[in-house]
Amino acid sequence: MSLRIILAIGLPATLRNVLLVSTATTSSSRTGAAATRPAPLAARAAITRAAAGIGLYAGAFGITFGALAARSGFSLTQAVALSAVMYTGASQFALVGVLAAGGSHLAGLSAALLLGLRNAFYGVPVTRILRPRGWRRMWAAHFVVDESTAMAVAQPAPRAGRYAFWATGITLYALWTLGTFAGALIGSGIDTSALGLDAAAPAIFLALLWPQLSRERARAVALGAAVVALGLIPLAPAGLPIIAAAAVAILAGLLPARRRPETESQ
Amino acid sequence: MITVWATVLVASLGCYGLKLAGVSLPGPLLKHPRVQRTAGLLPVAMLTALVVTDLFDANGRYTADWHTFAGVGAGAVALRFGRSPVVVFLVAIATTAVTRLVTL
Repeated sequence: MSLRIILAIGLPATLRNVLLVSTATTSSSRTGAAATRPAPLAARAAITRAAAGIGLYAGAFGITFGALAARSGFSLTQAVALSAVMYTGASQFALVGVLAAGGSHLAGLSAALLLGLRNAFYGVPVTRILRPRGWRRMWAAHFVVDESTAMAVAQPAPRAGRYAFWATGITLYALWTLGTFAGALIGSGIDTSALGLDAAAPAIFLALLWPQLSRERARAVALGAAVVALGLIPLAPAGLPIIAAAAVAILAGLLPARRRPETESQ
Repeated sequence: MITVWATVLVASLGCYGLKLAGVSLPGPLLKHPRVQRTAGLLPVAMLTALVVTDLFDANGRYTADWHTFAGVGAGAVALRFGRSPVVVFLVAIATTAVTRLVTL
């Protein structure tokens, strides 16, 4: 029933083919060619499948966002503009949420920017992997989001990391924007909570986090970040608990590596 | 309407500016081992904080919806068995939807 190739990603064959076709623009790898040069192409196929999975989630989650934006009084164009231009989900939800709750435009703007600040931090690992120059830097910047960064840093080699970044970033962008369009069209006609879509974001973030928790220091950072974020929820405005959690990573990164530094490198 | 558009555009350009600032850091700084170590740990901290706020934060107040917990928990089990993000996503939303349906 399920296919197992190296990373053992279980999916019915038909669904898998549909997903591969849906990302055909970002991938030149074919399953048939994987046999000739197993290592890089099999890794590529695995990345493509993971990116397709993230794209599927992004489409469904985009519908959630579009529907929420429409219900909150945003026009179809405004909802799609947020996904196409802002393209960072947490900030978009924050902006729409604050304005829908009757908050000021300034409060909505600051919540969006505070949450968007983490993408600046992501620039550090992304630059190390992509090494973008000139105008490519301006292009790459747009695709720096949680998912593309997490997928890129999870790859052992920079080449695979670059592929993971673009495959994830572009697939996510396309389906997130399309989903937003569909959701804003459907508007109040969809009950996202009955579909369980409120569990989608934390589940996907957990899935992105999971492979990185094999390192001891990463587990300690995750624990510290969870405590900091949880403690700040009632004290700080939206976005700040997440930015404050970055301090835990910076602190842990500045601490000198102990006896075996190679276990800390990626 | 105009102010909504202004907020949408300023916030969008601001978020892009933050992304651009991140990928425009000077090269020598990025080669520093401590910066590289921090770079690997930043997504870990931020993703964890996102999971925590998604689960427990309702506009600055604590919240706990066990249907969502059940969904994310089921997703974690799928991860434990080495499943991909798409499987985790489907398992999580299906579990949340079904538990919500049967306990209404």
